[in-house]
Amino acid sequence: MKTLEKLNVEENLCKGCGICVAFCPKNVLEIKSGKVHIKNLEDCIECGLCELRCPDYAIYLVFRG
Amino acid sequence: MPSQLIEKYFRTNSLPHIWCPGCGNGIVLRAIVKAIDNIGIDQNNVCVVSGIGCSSRASGYLDFNTVHTTHGRALAFATGIKLANPNLHVIVITGDGDCAAIGGNHLIHAARRNIDITTIVFNNNIYGMTGGQYSPTTPTGDKGTTAPYGNIDANFDLCELAKAAGATYVSRSTVYGANMIIKQVEAGIKNRGFSFIETLTTCPTYYGRKNKKGDPVDLIRHLKEISVNKTEYEKLPEEKRMGKIVIGELYRGERPEYTDEYIKIIESFKGEI
Amino acid sequence: MPEGRIKLMQGNEACVEAAIIAGMEFFAGYPITPSTEIAELSAAKLPRIGGKFIQMEDEIGSISAVIGASLAGKKSMTATSGPGFSLKQEGIGYAIMAEVPCVIVNVQRGGPSTGMPTSPAQGDIMQARWGTHGDHSIIALYPSTVREIFDTTIRAFNLAEKYRTPVILLMDEVIGHMREKILVPNKNDIKIYNRKKPTSGPKDYRPYQVKEGDIVPQMASFGEGYRFHVTGLVHNEMGFPSNDNKVAQNLINRLINKIENNIEDIVEYEEYRLEDAEEIIVAYGVTARSAKSAIDILRDEGLKIGLFRPITIWPVAQRQLEEIAKKVNSILVVEMNMGQYALEIDRIAGKYTRVGKYGRVDGELVTPEEIVSFVREGKDCQAN
Repeated sequence: MKTLEKLNVEENLCKGCGICVAFCPKNVLEIKSGKVHIKNLEDCIECGLCELRCPDYAIYLVFRG
Repeated sequence: MPSQLIEKYFRTNSLPHIWCPGCGNGIVLRAIVKAIDNIGIDQNNVCVVSGIGCSSRASGYLDFNTVHTTHGRALAFATGIKLANPNLHVIVITGDGDCAAIGGNHLIHAARRNIDITTIVFNNNIYGMTGGQYSPTTPTGDKGTTAPYGNIDANFDLCELAKAAGATYVSRSTVYGANMIIKQVEAGIKNRGFSFIETLTTCPTYYGRKNKKGDPVDLIRHLKEISVNKTEYEKLPEEKRMGKIVIGELYRGERPEYTDEYIKIIESFKGEI
Repeated sequence: MPEGRIKLMQGNEACVEAAIIAGMEFFAGYPITPSTEIAELSAAKLPRIGGKFIQMEDEIGSISAVIGASLAGKKSMTATSGPGFSLKQEGIGYAIMAEVPCVIVNVQRGGPSTGMPTSPAQGDIMQARWGTHGDHSIIALYPSTVREIFDTTIRAFNLAEKYRTPVILLMDEVIGHMREKILVPNKNDIKIYNRKKPTSGPKDYRPYQVKEGDIVPQMASFGEGYRFHVTGLVHNEMGFPSNDNKVAQNLINRLINKIENNIEDIVEYEEYRLEDAEEIIVAYGVTARSAKSAIDILRDEGLKIGLFRPITIWPVAQRQLEEIAKKVNSILVVEMNMGQYALEIDRIAGKYTRVGKYGRVDGELVTPEEIVSFVREGKDCQAN
């Protein structure tokens, strides 16, 4: 079974547009000093909407298995 | 390091891309490579052809055979490439100005021929690269730097245009529903013929600001609000259809494909010397 | 086509026959007088040899499709006339910048604009040189007989492949439509040049790097596993856009120098009764044929006059023209325009000798008689 290893942020790619933050259904993310920041990973439901809509490929889910 | 998907299909040393913060183009581009990955096409057999404009910078970021052509001509270049090597999956990335204004003639004729090219229009309703002039898809009344008092042009329905011209797969999606883009690009590539996919994307820098439509998030929410699936749209009473944009698969047709027909002519001469 | 046999052939037909021998596998065009036969014959002949023809929706579409097909590995050609040549300049510039081999035939007609569609003119000399925007060099060839159309078309393809550049084949309406007998050469006697393919694998391939001993970058085709990028923007050796001033200057220098440094290889010309000549006529294409007759008449009258006929119009045969200019009393440039090539000849020869010009743009050929009377009146070919 696939399990979430981590929610990865590529800071150098993030342009801080806030799209991932706004559309995260569980309010996991926030913008801090112009970059996306993981606020509470434990709430993440691994839906992948942040990765789907990130225009800059700065956030994505990494699965194990 | 970006995700495996991006690592595989992007020339990652060219990232970050030139698009503005909150520009929807990057969302469409990821959806395109996801569709290619889902089908499992060899990268060597994919050729991405783009024109000029913000969207057309996409070709340079992708690890396929790629051409960044002249303004409006992507489909004409692509026609030459496809005819010369029909084994290539030819994908055209273009914008609303590139494909519907300066390249409008090539669009209708590529559709008429039903040549096996998948065209994905990044429609942001504005000329972004040159700083926000109105395009053939800028809604009537909206503003651009060249329509300071509001656009009096009627805007094109690109999907109706492509369908009328002869495309055999026509669909529309938005960057809000990026999963739909993936499905449509897959279907477009699989369709042996001319496929036309209009993706409504966002330009927060010019279109959004000029028309006071808010930040990137507001613009994407707006796309969600105005778009309605074809099946739902058909159930809506007339008065509720106003201002809605129909998304989903809009048309499928069956017609002979151009390169196939040409190869038949070549085959008819085989054995004759 | 039967080899080693004498055939009566139209100029436009000779162009297509030769293109196929040169390896043309793709033609995209748009109907326009007086070049249409080239498209018609390509449409008929190409599928029979496994090649492809397409009639595009417009002139720019045609040159664009030709560039696309060349990138996919096929030797490609388009044909047009003045108004279409104007439109094709966009694609010609792209092919120069992205170094895409292709041949553009321009069977000239009177201009500007739609001008005189069925009348001859030689008015596109400067457009062939400077038609597209930006600094660049160009190769343009100009045959003067049907037989020479045959040879020059093959040469146009060879030069396009060798120098990775568009080559313009300028033709006269008269010769395009005229029938002359030609001896069809044996294929074995014809030298065909193909673009140099990469000697390295995809991993080490730098699509715009010139390797030592090469004139131009080695060229992979789309679909061969090299996955390179092509753009009309200023680009680095990897083919990716660059705003670096040094990259821009070096690229433009290289694109110009690959032609200008190889003029001796590219330039072709004919000298007629030049040995003891004191007066020189410079003429090309069909006008050179009238000039030859005029020279014969004037020679009979005792005038020491000869012809320099450039077959390569661009780049110009600068060295040869300078040497001639130093030895003669005057040079008269005769052409079916108001003095376009005369400008270039004056630039080269003007400091050594008098350069005059004679031309007409009324849709009629320059006749031997009018050249003779012009020279007689002017004696030493002074400017009119």
